[in-house]
Amino acid sequence: MLEVEVISGRTLNQGATVEEKLTDEYFNAVNYAELNEEDWNALGLQEGDRVKVKTEFGEVVVFAKKGDVPKGMIFIPMGPYANMVIDPSTDGTGMPQFKGVKGTVEKTDEKVLSVKELLEAI
Amino acid sequence: MAEENIVCTFCGSVCDDGQFDTEKFKSKKLCKLGSSKFSKKERIKAPMIDGKEVSYEEAIEKAAEILVNAKKPLLYGWASTVNEAIRLGVILTEKVRGVYDQCASVCHAPGTLAVIEEGLPGGSLGAVKNRADVVIFWGSNPMEAHPRHGMRYSISAKGLLIKDRKQRKVIVVDVRPTKTAKLADEFVQIKPGYDYPIISALRAIISGNADAVPDEVGGVSKEKLVELAETMKNAKYGVIFYGLGVTQSRGRDRNIENAVKLIQLLNRHTRWIIWPMRGHYNVVGAGEVPAWEAGYQYAIDFSRGYPRFSPAEFSAVEVLKRRDCDAALIIASDPVAHFPRTAVKHLKSISVIQIDPFPNMTTLVANVVIPSAVAGLEAEGTAYRMDGIPLRVKKIVETNYWSDEQILEKLLEKVEELKR
Repeated sequence: MLEVEVISGRTLNQGATVEEKLTDEYFNAVNYAELNEEDWNALGLQEGDRVKVKTEFGEVVVFAKKGDVPKGMIFIPMGPYANMVIDPSTDGTGMPQFKGVKGTVEKTDEKVLSVKELLEAI
Repeated sequence: MAEENIVCTFCGSVCDDGQFDTEKFKSKKLCKLGSSKFSKKERIKAPMIDGKEVSYEEAIEKAAEILVNAKKPLLYGWASTVNEAIRLGVILTEKVRGVYDQCASVCHAPGTLAVIEEGLPGGSLGAVKNRADVVIFWGSNPMEAHPRHGMRYSISAKGLLIKDRKQRKVIVVDVRPTKTAKLADEFVQIKPGYDYPIISALRAIISGNADAVPDEVGGVSKEKLVELAETMKNAKYGVIFYGLGVTQSRGRDRNIENAVKLIQLLNRHTRWIIWPMRGHYNVVGAGEVPAWEAGYQYAIDFSRGYPRFSPAEFSAVEVLKRRDCDAALIIASDPVAHFPRTAVKHLKSISVIQIDPFPNMTTLVANVVIPSAVAGLEAEGTAYRMDGIPLRVKKIVETNYWSDEQILEKLLEKVEELKR
């Protein structure tokens, strides 16, 4: 298990599939976390592995990917998966904290829920 | 004629140079986001009440009943529709004494709060294209969110005074090496949540107080900050395009406020502007239209019969978290996919009306679903580009779907009838 800072944001594929949210293309565009190579190795991850991301606000299982992020940070595309773990408090602005939430990431055998299953779990 | 000039209705760049082949149903010149917008995809087939197909009239009547019977409905979305529809939406919200909120609430609204405090030293994208010799993308990543922005205005754009890429210095400030960072002349990597102190450090250096700045701020060396401050001071026309990296992380509106102060300071030396990289094609309209109608841009409560603005109380996320609405009308947006889970939880428990061309996660929780025409393709109207320039979006193909404007007109009529 590693301690990380979780950020979320737009990707080209997330944007291109955003009007097709109930398709596999959208599911694949938003259901992963990008990790730094060192963190990837530290967790002993292989291509296709899943990770469980936990913050004090929730947890979610996503696919793991190697990405261009600094060590100790993970990036999840904006969308229903990221929203399971971001900080809903808005500090009076109306804006939840979608970026920069402290949490942990660990390898897991649990499956990645579909968009519909995720909604049922809320 | 098979080929038509089109105005793209995906992102805030609202590219007005696209082409669309009506026979092949395919666009040309647009980016990956625009091409997907103007392609065939799954639609909501017909209006529905609790999953059962009905006529437009029946669905609208049911929607009107829900809104009129609700104590305090939330009317949310609006960023992906045209000003004409938004105008009716604000009137409707007032009639049903609900809360009007729009997508900027979870996007660029902290910038709006900053502008209320500090004003906005801004300029148009045209001015940036023609004049800007230093462009800073701060917490924004146009290569993924506004793919043609760089080519048309801010990176490789050829302008009147800035004739090519070599004459323009592009700097990216971000927490990770984004696709845009890879195209930049300089990438300044900062620690997440340290925008505010870094902006403060730049302000200190530019105002002649560099000695007050420590050796390192938010992961950036003082040396680097001094260099950046010099580049900013020596620009002829500079621009900061900020993104959600600044508005959605620690500091939120205060980050923008500080950045505006930095720009004010720079304007004592040279010309600088700051501008948000707005996301949806008409998210500017979703704020400007209620601003002309009710005086505020978002988080507006009409429950007392007059508009009150308070994001801490009336933003959609706060209203939902507090369980302070008993029905919702969601239009041109998908809060179920984009709100934190605590907010989604309440949406699942109340009556939801959805108006949207495409099925999305909100469709899965909606009781009344009203499909609409796609603006820019099947319906016309006016949209504000991210820099506030109004553009007329076109209707280029015929459809049986009603436009958002038509649906809202009818809905308003029904609501007035029921309230009589």
